[in-house]
Amino acid sequence: MELCSFLTLDSFITDPLAHDFMRKALLMSSLVAAVCGFLSSYLTLKGWALMGDAVSHSVMPGVVVAYALGLPFSLGAFIFGVGSVALIGFIKQKSRVKEDTVIGLVFTGFFALGIVLVSKIKSNIDLHSILFGSPLGISLSDVKQTIFISLLVVILLSIFRKDLMLYCFDPRHAKTVGINVFFLHYLLLTCLSLAAVVGLQSVGIILVVAMLITPGATAYLLTDKFDNMTVISVLSAIISSLIGIYVSFWFDLETGGSIVLAQTFIFLFAFLFAPRYGIFKLKKLFAGYK
Amino acid sequence: METINYQNFRIEAENICVDYNGKVALYDANLRLQPGQICGLVGMNGAGKTTFFNALTGFVNISKGKIRINGESVRSAQKDQTIAYVPQNEGIDSQFPISVWDVVMMGRYGSMNIFRCPRESDVQAVKDAIERVDLTDHLSTPIGNLSGGQRKRTFLARAIAQRASILLLDEPFSGVDIRTEKLISELFIQFKNEGKTILLSTHDMIHVREFCDLVLLINKTVVAYGETSEVFTPENITTTFGGISPDFLFGPES
Repeated sequence: MELCSFLTLDSFITDPLAHDFMRKALLMSSLVAAVCGFLSSYLTLKGWALMGDAVSHSVMPGVVVAYALGLPFSLGAFIFGVGSVALIGFIKQKSRVKEDTVIGLVFTGFFALGIVLVSKIKSNIDLHSILFGSPLGISLSDVKQTIFISLLVVILLSIFRKDLMLYCFDPRHAKTVGINVFFLHYLLLTCLSLAAVVGLQSVGIILVVAMLITPGATAYLLTDKFDNMTVISVLSAIISSLIGIYVSFWFDLETGGSIVLAQTFIFLFAFLFAPRYGIFKLKKLFAGYK
Repeated sequence: METINYQNFRIEAENICVDYNGKVALYDANLRLQPGQICGLVGMNGAGKTTFFNALTGFVNISKGKIRINGESVRSAQKDQTIAYVPQNEGIDSQFPISVWDVVMMGRYGSMNIFRCPRESDVQAVKDAIERVDLTDHLSTPIGNLSGGQRKRTFLARAIAQRASILLLDEPFSGVDIRTEKLISELFIQFKNEGKTILLSTHDMIHVREFCDLVLLINKTVVAYGETSEVFTPENITTTFGGISPDFLFGPES
């Protein structure tokens, strides 16, 4: 009986691996999850969830234009991602409208522009795969691009890991000791745009913001050390991706949605049972039984 | 015509103005401080105290005037680790996942290489600084688990580890316990003897009388500046606080 269920679980995991597109999807999504998870720690601590939402939606017209012109879509996405942030900053400075309002109106404007462009530019752009991701249908050139961007972001974040932490924690001190805060601000924004680009392949533009904030929020509930937070964030993102893809394969569900739902469930688990910060504080619960 | 030797002054702010998108936060403010001087910065909320600090650290740009730190620009003062800023407790995210050790180590970042790898000397500086503020038992404690006083001391240790010659402290005595207050006062005397220059903002009039050689009363601009005994008068204080009687501010006379 036990052997039988073991075999089932075994084939649950190995059967999908027989398909080439599944192996590719699992690998690529794990890589993307790792990148977004890494960045997620910074965004959560900096309080940039809304900014992540804005940038990830604003890359839409960039992706469409790049496709239409035959350019790498990451380039278009990057320009519009950073451009949206610049525009948000400009409008905020030059008007009396509050920041969250400006963010909301700028990114929806960009997003709408993207949708209109898709309907106008008759090409083989698949609106559905941009909006909801298509990790199972990823092409070879996309694979190369994703690997390149992912490595770039990971290298940048690794080099400036401590400076970025200081920037999130106490930018005033960073400035006072001669650290280039302006550079760090735009470095983080650049990484955010790039991560949004690779993330949208996995889960699509609408849900990519989840990849950028949920793992960090989960990790934040589980530790008081920044380095641990980064590790937990990356691991939870990767595990969610694997779970999401397997579940979508076996139960024939939308892959992007499944990945994000897996992240949400892991967050809820941490929210309820995190040792120190969970609602039911597991540590105390166990201590009571000893 | 008198020529000013800038080298004599640690801080030299001349007619500085700061505005945020056209809203004036500070105008025509002057300040000169020498090594070993402690100056109190007194004013209402929104009177421009934090703005003054921000201008001196280079966190905001001044729209007019001139700031010289040790006779040099703010930019080179940043590079030389000349100024340390100790934030208000409310000014920092106490839930940030970071330990006492890591916060104090941030005082050394400016003089480390790009990867911020601590050298032997950095580790020693951090250890010494933590010892001076009496937090050696809390090296790996997350700052979220510290009391208000302990957190204040952590940031003071960061300034000590930085080995800055100018300390800017935003409300160093607000929300701290008696023990921390005593320790900070003792440190101030030591800093003074080491020739450091201290500028601190405070709401507490008693502290000004106790530590400050000089006092700078501000309300968007300088109301009065000079020796505490001469400038810190009920009339000046009333003007600074927009007509509120000093009796009210000081509480019942003891």
